Amino acid sequence: MTELRLYRRPVSTWWWTRKRSYFVFVMRELSSIFVAWFVAYLVLFVYAVGRGEAAYQRFLDWASSPWVTVLNVVALVFVLLHTVTWFTLTPQAMAVRVMGRRVPAWQIIVGQYGGLAVVSGFVFWLVTR
Amino acid sequence: MADSIRLKVSRYRPDTDSEPHWQEYDVPLRKEWTVLDGLNHVKNEIDTTLSFRWSCRMGICGSCGMTVDGEPKLTCGTFLSDYAPGPVMIEPLANFPVVRDLVVDLSDFMEKLPRVKPWIIRDDDHRTVEPDVEYLQTPEELDAYKQFSMCINCMLCYSACPVYGLDPEFIGPAAIALAERYDLDSRDRGGRQRLDVLIEHEGVWGCTFVGECTRVCPKHVDPASAIQRYKLKAAMETVKAFLLPRGAR
Amino acid sequence: MTRRRIEPLVWLMFSAGGVLAAVFLPILALLFGLAFPLGWLDPPDHEHLRAVVGHPVTLVVLLGLFVLMLVHSAHRFRYTLYDGLQIRKKRTVAVLCYGTAIVGSVATLAVLSAAA
Repeated sequence: MTELRLYRRPVSTWWWTRKRSYFVFVMRELSSIFVAWFVAYLVLFVYAVGRGEAAYQRFLDWASSPWVTVLNVVALVFVLLHTVTWFTLTPQAMAVRVMGRRVPAWQIIVGQYGGLAVVSGFVFWLVTR
Repeated sequence: MADSIRLKVSRYRPDTDSEPHWQEYDVPLRKEWTVLDGLNHVKNEIDTTLSFRWSCRMGICGSCGMTVDGEPKLTCGTFLSDYAPGPVMIEPLANFPVVRDLVVDLSDFMEKLPRVKPWIIRDDDHRTVEPDVEYLQTPEELDAYKQFSMCINCMLCYSACPVYGLDPEFIGPAAIALAERYDLDSRDRGGRQRLDVLIEHEGVWGCTFVGECTRVCPKHVDPASAIQRYKLKAAMETVKAFLLPRGAR
Repeated sequence: MTRRRIEPLVWLMFSAGGVLAAVFLPILALLFGLAFPLGWLDPPDHEHLRAVVGHPVTLVVLLGLFVLMLVHSAHRFRYTLYDGLQIRKKRTVAVLCYGTAIVGSVATLAVLSAAA
């Protein structure tokens, strides 16, 4: 038999720009950077609160500066992308059974948004009372 | 509707070409014609040197997978009229090495599939079991795995998976979905053996749940779901291995 | 018998962190990242925040939240580097990602306990 000369097509570094579904996937994965940013930001916030009234005020002033605000807006958009994609994918990632029957995907998704509402309400109340 | 449509087909001849190039053909645009019909017209009437795989022409054998306008498709189920006025770009299935023209080398999958032991594994000693005895299964037990059994090994999922494209060690969507099909089958006792294979790094963990495999699957197998469920199963087994004393495992 | 493996456990932490980030971060980011600094809502009294942050339950909850979210980030970013930048030195990337998460977790513990 003649020798097989296979042609291997290279994968471009920009493979994820070629299709919309790939692009949204990579954006979803990059949300991880902004999750880490918010953890750092919130830890810095707690640090300022711990150091006293003046430090707390200075932190709020720093946080209201243009660059930090823009960063937080962008980061919040990515966090919301994470939330929406995570909730939508959960029913596909696990088979939930209640009393022998499979729970339909829409109920799982609605349930998660319900959880989001409860947690958000609780945090809001805890912080602003 | 116009009379004809242009096909832009990727050609590669290993003995003379260093890389693939395009060749264009005009084929009749008939309402009921598929891309496969167009390719067969080319081979029968225009250029007999064009090579491509096909068989059943009805979406069950899994042979005719190719990349059509950038998307992995079964060419026997993809209608030319959906691409009018054209041209329609036809390339070999992505993520596989090209043998010639539209034919790809699938030996990687052929090596990976048997690793997950895609058959019923029993722990009976087969010599003591009655021959020609059925293993009974209720409709509910069938439903548990039926979706994952619909796989026709067409490889569209491997073609769509960016992880497989970047890391050929990844065992891939169809192999994992088939492992899950057997794990969920009430007749099977081989879960542990498959877990030992899939819990490796090139097993399920390379998957980042892109979900493209499910989107392109022509038989609605939903391999992405099978993989995530398998990850949870593997994680639970690992937790049990940590928590329970050796004797209980 | 499955020999002891760490990847499945890291994946579990990644999943837990993902759920927590999805459910807690929107409100935390909105309130503390935008609403309070920009004055959309009156920022809480320092006294009140100090009391909430100082409570031992808050310490445990926030520590759990932040550590799991850091592991989630590290795990996801690790795979983004593999697939996005096609980096070959996989072990180096893994060490850097989880290492950063560990450093961040230690810093989080230090700040939270100081505030308690």
